[in-house]
Amino acid sequence: MDFDLIARSLPQLLSGAGLTLQLVGLSLVIGLALALLVALGRLSTLKPVAALTGAYVFLFRSTPLLVQIFLIYYGLGQFAAVRESFLWPLLREPYWCAVIALALNTAAYTGEIIRGGIRSVPFGQVEAARALGMGGALLYRRIILPQAFRQALPAYGNEVIQMVQATSLASTITLMELTGVARAIASRTFQPVEVFVIAGAIYLALNFVVTQAVRLGERRLGREAAR
Amino acid sequence: MLDLLRFGSQGWGDEMAWGAAMTVAVAVLAYAIGLVLGSLTAAAKLAGNAPVRALAGTYTTVVRGVPALLVIWLLFFGGSGLVTWVAAAFGYGGRVELSAFAVGVVAVGIVSGAYAAEVIRGAVQAVPRGQVEAAKALGMHTGLRLRRVIVPQALRYALPGLGNVWQMTLKDTSLVSVVTLAELMRQAFIASGSTRQPFVFYLTAALVYMALTTASEAGFRLLERRAERGVRRAVG
Repeated sequence: MDFDLIARSLPQLLSGAGLTLQLVGLSLVIGLALALLVALGRLSTLKPVAALTGAYVFLFRSTPLLVQIFLIYYGLGQFAAVRESFLWPLLREPYWCAVIALALNTAAYTGEIIRGGIRSVPFGQVEAARALGMGGALLYRRIILPQAFRQALPAYGNEVIQMVQATSLASTITLMELTGVARAIASRTFQPVEVFVIAGAIYLALNFVVTQAVRLGERRLGREAAR
Repeated sequence: MLDLLRFGSQGWGDEMAWGAAMTVAVAVLAYAIGLVLGSLTAAAKLAGNAPVRALAGTYTTVVRGVPALLVIWLLFFGGSGLVTWVAAAFGYGGRVELSAFAVGVVAVGIVSGAYAAEVIRGAVQAVPRGQVEAAKALGMHTGLRLRRVIVPQALRYALPGLGNVWQMTLKDTSLVSVVTLAELMRQAFIASGSTRQPFVFYLTAALVYMALTTASEAGFRLLERRAERGVRRAVG
């Protein structure tokens, strides 16, 4: 172990971890909002809406994330219409392409998790709410979604951990997040073990924080349920 | 646009097809490594002594906790050194280089094994204790108990999970393109560079992956149905 190398590369690795966190945070927020739409779309009684969201989920779950990132970053720029559109300032930046790809990807997986959560809410709950005169958005906000989220939380925790790892693919489109920094240092120094051990340890620490947060969330939501 | 995908010297169809074949080859070999590693690790977790259990636990926790891409890079930069060092211990003096293929198969296999281990461990634990006790009472020794009682039942419980691990392994092979192995993504990358039509080639790659995952899902469903042919159910 070359401790000098570790000390020298630690600041770079930590700044890479900062970018990793940014990518995770942004894509999770956007992805969760999209996922809710996907889940509701999949459960919709309108056939075209259900079919469209179903196709979306199938598309993103049956192809590797790397293809999705490359399609958005390299692929879309092929079309003049895209290059002249108002979206181009976003789509020409690797940063935003990574965020968009990650968000669209996690929305497909999370949508299915939320859909499972919604389906797990007993129908008696809906009946009772309707008997009290609730309907539409209020029924979803007060009765269905809170219980659905509680049910979905453990699975969502796993998805968040998958997302932390998925951000490593942003390094393939020039972003220097944690994996990208580690690779660059390894190819410069040819001492891969030290750098990758540190990078791995940072990922494990991030996972630990996520699992603890999920456990805390479960306990809180469980307490509310018991009341 | 479809001209680009023609076979022969004019188009990229045959290059993409070879890439797809390479993807399948890497996935199958990595999955095989994963199944062996996963079974050994599950056995270590269920029946090993404390240090062996700790080793198995560290393997699954670490590998499932870091990106597959990091494992690939580690093996890419560090694999040759490790193999050279092992070869030197056996008296070989020269430097051993690992091919991109070997790096890809082993790295994806290591990741696959960590996930497979958890699936297999869960499946073995799902076999009712009474089954094992009954086998013991009949005087079966460990190997026979494993072969006749535990494995056939655990395999049925493990199939859906192992199907998921296969899908993940198949998709993870796309990452091996970063070490320039000529699989599907790498071929699409090369073709995009020389034709300036990236959308066409990445879309083609996506469709091939989609076909592969869909076909293997159907395959696993058939296997599951076959494995469950003797099971009575309350519903359906």
